[in-house]
Parts: sequence; C-alpha cells; structure tokens
Amino acid sequence: MSLVTLAGVGVRFGAQTVLHDVDFHIERGEIVTIVGPNGSGKSTLLRVLIGAQRPSAGRVTPAPGLRVGYVPQKLHIDPTLPLTVRRFLDLPRRIPDAVAAEALAQAGAGELGLRQMADLSGGQFQRVLLARAILSRPDLLILDEPTQGLDQPGSAAFYRRIAEVRAELGCAVLMVSHELHVVMAASDRVICLNGHVCCAGHPEQVASAPEYRALFGTGTQGALALYRHEHAHSHDHDHPNPHTHEAAE
Amino acid sequence: MTGFLDDFLIRATLAGIGVALAAAPLGCFIVWRRMAYFGDATAHAAILGVAMALAFNLSIMLGTLVMALAMAMAVSTLSGRGRAVDTLLGVMSHSALAAGLVAVSLLQGVRIDLSAYLFGDILAVGRLDLAVIWGGVALVLGLVWARWSALLTATLSPDLATAAGIDPRREQLILTLALAVVVAVAIKVVGALLIAALLVIPAAAARVFSATPEGMALRASAIGAGSALVGMGAAWRFDTPAGPSIVCVAAAVFAASALVDLARRAA
Repeated sequence: MSLVTLAGVGVRFGAQTVLHDVDFHIERGEIVTIVGPNGSGKSTLLRVLIGAQRPSAGRVTPAPGLRVGYVPQKLHIDPTLPLTVRRFLDLPRRIPDAVAAEALAQAGAGELGLRQMADLSGGQFQRVLLARAILSRPDLLILDEPTQGLDQPGSAAFYRRIAEVRAELGCAVLMVSHELHVVMAASDRVICLNGHVCCAGHPEQVASAPEYRALFGTGTQGALALYRHEHAHSHDHDHPNPHTHEAAE
Repeated sequence: MTGFLDDFLIRATLAGIGVALAAAPLGCFIVWRRMAYFGDATAHAAILGVAMALAFNLSIMLGTLVMALAMAMAVSTLSGRGRAVDTLLGVMSHSALAAGLVAVSLLQGVRIDLSAYLFGDILAVGRLDLAVIWGGVALVLGLVWARWSALLTATLSPDLATAAGIDPRREQLILTLALAVVVAVAIKVVGALLIAALLVIPAAAARVFSATPEGMALRASAIGAGSALVGMGAAWRFDTPAGPSIVCVAAAVFAASALVDLARRAA
C-alpha cells in the first residue's frame, strides 16, 4: 500500500481556499517533487502531510506505523537560545551518541556536533536539519524548499546528499523545490500544484504537459524561464478566476 | 526548625529564593520566545486580581492567580491570530494595570497599602505564605521539568514539534499556566511591577555563560537565587525596599555578564 494517501483534500483559511480536491499518494522509496508558483499551496500540502494543518475537506490516510522525517522551510533559532548541534538532535527525545554520529555523518555534518546552532552557515544548518530528520530512520522524508538560501553548488551538493540518503535508508522523499532543472534530473515523479494538482507523472511527461507549460513556459528554457506566466490556462479542472502569478527568485 | 522560621528575615529570604528559582527557568522560555512583554502583561493583570480578591473577599493569591491566568490566556489566544502582538500587549498590559488601580480605589471601606502589591511586601511573608509560595514553586518547577523537551521543541519550531507528535498549543498553555502561578506567588515578594524583571534578567545574564539550554536554566536559577540572597542582605543593611533591591542585584549581574561578553568578542 502507499505510504500516505490523500483523497479529495482541501484547505481553507477563512474565505480563502488554498487547496482543493487534492488526490495524492507516495510509494515506498520514490522521490517525488512538488513544483508550483508561490502561493500555490505547496507548503500547506506538506503541513497537511506532517499533521500540522488539518484539512477542511477530504481524507489523509497514512500507512500504519509510518515514520516521517521533516525538514522545515526555515527555522529561526533565537540567538538567546544556546544550543549545540548535538543537543539539537536530542529534541524531543534523547538519542544515543552512536545514532547521532551516524545521522550526522550520513547528512554530511559529521564535524559539526559541538558547534552552536546559531553559528552555522546556511548549508551547514540544512545538513544538520537533514541529520535530525533521518534520526528516526523515516519511511518518508519530507523537505520544504531545502536549498533555499544556498548557492548553486551548495544546492546541487545537497540534492546529491538527499539521493545518497535515499539509497542508504530506502526511504521515500517528498520535497518542494523551485529548482526545476534539478527536479527534472533527480525525481521519479513530479507533481505540479496550483491550488489543485494540475498535472503529475514522470518528469519528462510533466514537462511536456500543456498544464505544466501554461504554468512554467515552454521549450528548453522552460526549466529556467518559468517565473512569469499568465495563469489562464484551460484544462480539466476549472479555475474560478484566471489570475497572474509572479514568483520570486 | 520552628525557631528558624520564626525569624521574619529568614522567611523573607526563603520566599525570595523560592520565587527566583521558579522564575528563572520560566524566564528562559520567555527570553527564547521573545515574550518579555507577555510577562509584563500577565503581572500587571495581577493588580486587577488584587482588586477582585478584596471586592469578593477572596484570598489575594487566588484573585491574582485567576486574573493572571485570564490575561495570559487572552494574550496567548489573540497573538495566535496574527494581530500586531506588540501593540496588543502594550494596550492590554497597561489597561489592566490602570483598571486594577482604579478598581482598588473604588472599593468601599478598604484601606490597603497599594505599594505592597506594586513593589512587594516580602518582610510580611508569614508561615502560610511561605508554604503557598513553595507549593507554587514546586508546581512550576515540576511542570517545566516534566515537559522540558516538549517545551523546548515547541519553542524551536511549532512545525517540528507537530511532526514529532507534540502539540505546540498545549506546550504554550503549560507555559501560560506556569507563568500565572509564578505571578501569583511572586506578587508578595517583588510586586506586580517587578515580576517581569525577575523572569527576564537572570535568564538574560545567564545566556553569556551557557552553551546548552539546560545550562542556561540552571545558571539563571543560581543567579536569581543569589540575587535574592544578596538583595535581602543589602535591603536589611541599607534599609532599602527588598523587592527592588533584589532586582538591582540581578541587574548588576546582568551588567557584569554584558561586560564579559564584550571582552570575549573583542578578544
């Protein structure tokens, strides 16, 4: 059975509908990437999956005993809070030193145990978050724009790291990403989200789908020249009001 | 032991140390979560609680506990809805204080020394007071001890906490409850105006010397208790008010810690 299945999930904040009619599933061991313009509900979907956001419609069905590792989009640690990397891994449950050392090594943060969290660089910080997420040997690793704030080589290295972690742990990986060129190379499946699932499938399949092109542009530049588009595309699902998206970066 | 507790100075000192011990670890969370003003608002509401207790002939501690809890819950709920928390706290904190002062003055036939509630009246701590204070201290320390990891995780990131099966709203509620208890037992020791100082100053002073959250909480407790001890001694010797003297000693420790920090950065 699937690790998690979402059926007809919708999320509303007051009068605003962030997600509607989302059907989604993820299988053991696959890498799935969610792409979509800003405000398309990507982070909200992840928060539904980790249980931080209750859906206002639909059903979320996790596999029995599912272990989820979560790397949040951003984590601000107040400088008034003294916290070593090693102690951070002990939250909320203390873990043996050997387990911590192994997770840090797998995440490429082996040297950082004694450092203060507040002193880490962006890349180091992300690797420590990854180490924490894989401590519990998760079946499903969820990452919300894990390379935000990293430079190009930094984020390429981080995605390689994630592929290695998947190979070692055999976990499924679900992530949100803005970096489509990386996504296309590294994912088994891509889900294009814009309030609902516009299209989904193998990266090549999605890249040639009209819905995807409507969101992200066409041709070979599609991967990069994506961030300005008219969202008046037509497909099976009707959008109540066509509107323009503009995404940052 | 009975003879020992007969001395009002001993009772006062024990009360001061107890409140400082409970306030310090809680103060660490207030500092980490940037809730200093939250402590202020809760403490100021206690004056309204004093007025209520006098009007309905209840125990002062019960009145302050109820009002502090109501205020803390109100602020905690409203701030969760994305309002301008800073302004909101400023409005509620000072409104509660003003309303409390007006309400006390309107009470017929009650003659009380208001400054005892504003600045504390630690030398008037009786045996029963002492028992209630240490009961409250034990409750707060027990709560914080039992929930330490969950509180810390929720403080770092509500989403990380949720992903680990911790309900961040429940942890917030526990902090709120603990804060109301500290306010209720501390009002006699340092008074409503200075409770927030006892929460925040020892924690801020301990930051410089600490590498882990636990270390910071322990050092804050030590600084708080030491300030209570030295402050009481100074108050006796120089005939100064006890609550403010305790806070002054804590502030001096903070100033020293800031100098140490400065010297370290320069080195």
